[in-house]
Amino acid sequence: MCGIVGLFAKSAEVEDHLGEHLAAMLAQMSDRGPDSAGVAVYRDPAPLGSSKLTLYSADPHEDWSALGSALSDAFGGSAEASVRASHAVVLVETEAADAEEWVRHHRPDLRVMSAGSVIEIYKETGLPRTFVEQFGLADFRGTHALGHTRMATESRVTTEASHPFSTGFDLCLVHNGSLSNHNRLRENLRREGIEFQTENDTEVAAGYLAWRMSEGASLEAALEGCLADLDGFYTFAVGTADGFAVLRDPIACKPAVLAETDEWVAMGSEWRAISVLPGAAEAEMWEPRPGVVYVWEKARV
Amino acid sequence: MAVRVREEAEVELVDLETTSLRELNQRLHDLARAPGPAAWRVVNPNGAHAVACGMDAEIEVEIEGHVGYYCAGMNKRATVRVHGNAGPGIAENMMSGLVVVDGSASQSAGATGRGGLLVIRGDASARCGISMKGIDIVVGGSVGHMSAFMAQTGCLVVCGDAGEALGDSIYEARLYVRGRVAGLGADCVEKEMRAEHAAQLGALLEAAGVEADPADFRRYGSARQLYNFKIDNAGAY
Repeated sequence: MCGIVGLFAKSAEVEDHLGEHLAAMLAQMSDRGPDSAGVAVYRDPAPLGSSKLTLYSADPHEDWSALGSALSDAFGGSAEASVRASHAVVLVETEAADAEEWVRHHRPDLRVMSAGSVIEIYKETGLPRTFVEQFGLADFRGTHALGHTRMATESRVTTEASHPFSTGFDLCLVHNGSLSNHNRLRENLRREGIEFQTENDTEVAAGYLAWRMSEGASLEAALEGCLADLDGFYTFAVGTADGFAVLRDPIACKPAVLAETDEWVAMGSEWRAISVLPGAAEAEMWEPRPGVVYVWEKARV
Repeated sequence: MAVRVREEAEVELVDLETTSLRELNQRLHDLARAPGPAAWRVVNPNGAHAVACGMDAEIEVEIEGHVGYYCAGMNKRATVRVHGNAGPGIAENMMSGLVVVDGSASQSAGATGRGGLLVIRGDASARCGISMKGIDIVVGGSVGHMSAFMAQTGCLVVCGDAGEALGDSIYEARLYVRGRVAGLGADCVEKEMRAEHAAQLGALLEAAGVEADPADFRRYGSARQLYNFKIDNAGAY
């Protein structure tokens, strides 16, 4: 069992309080996933030509300002690191791929949680409520966000095996369920050049989406591919730079609820998670149909 | 969102924002042993699990809002009305009484129910009536896939459509569907609608307060090829 939440703001008011709402939703899903928690928040776009990395260090004494200086020496700009608990976000004056490559080469001990222009991923072991406080989640403004509370079944309880998993630049995946063909699929995807950092089943689904999309598939087509190629139970929520998507496997053992008002679109494993949002009592609410891809996106300006 | 409800005379009002769920359920359970209020109104359920489950008393409980898993589970004798939507397993293993959901219900509605009537005015999703053992279920809308899976006895009435694999591995339950059936499960077949069935269906629709003509429904049940049906035991079903 795990808990998933997603929130997509349709008004400036909700954008201003996105972190606060996300924190409340996550806390509601504590008893579905008390061993780890994580979020992907889409906020503060990097200026054109720059990119944003979220990095994780297992060393509590990590010298993030030294890392910022090194990145600034390599690519110019100020590259200041904004630190939240064990994570830091750095703005780098280069493409996301180059920035990520630099970190992997020069600081292989750091973990790149996300790369892109708007995404930031934070995740950690421990109770969701503790996570929310540790990472100051309530401060976040942003356009949309996904969150996950984990009760591990398929791999160890570690920061790395927590969700969300990044699936590509500005893309991420959270998962409630378990996959049964992940070992074989991981091997197949490795042959296609996809890299994996854990033995976790969800990371394979994330890798699968990244691979399909690198082959030219749209997000919707990549998700529809899951129906044929993934064996197991899943409710997925996928975050993109512009919005989020939801897919449940055709057997649909894992729950999901969607709700919408003029102010927001929300998804949760249960209504409890959504009930804490303003205007929830008047929201239109429904259960996503099994095997159907749902997508919300902001119109690109 | 807080729902404000005027307290009416002789209705016991319980606000789940200020009263714990455990306290509510304990007070309802106590009615099995000692008399108490016969009418209850529960506000701000906010998707809580197991609201008003395990009751054994002739009382009425109105719930204002959406409930989570297993609302009214194991119900005996009580009437529960949910003015909202219900999460998975509404009225699971109900023994007797009446449960009415104004909105829609998630998966496994009425699972393993042994008696009583469950009415869902909206849709019910997957596995509605799974392993039902005597409960009657009337759904105003449609039901999802694998509904009435291994259903043993009782009736499932669907005024809308039924999803894939309806009645898979069914025993002696009766299924009445007005709309389209996406597909029948193993050993489930369409059966003749005789006068006794129309009468039974008419009575169920009336009890559920659903306006529909029994003549518009088709009946489905077991082909009795998948399990050992002994005619001598027919009275047991």
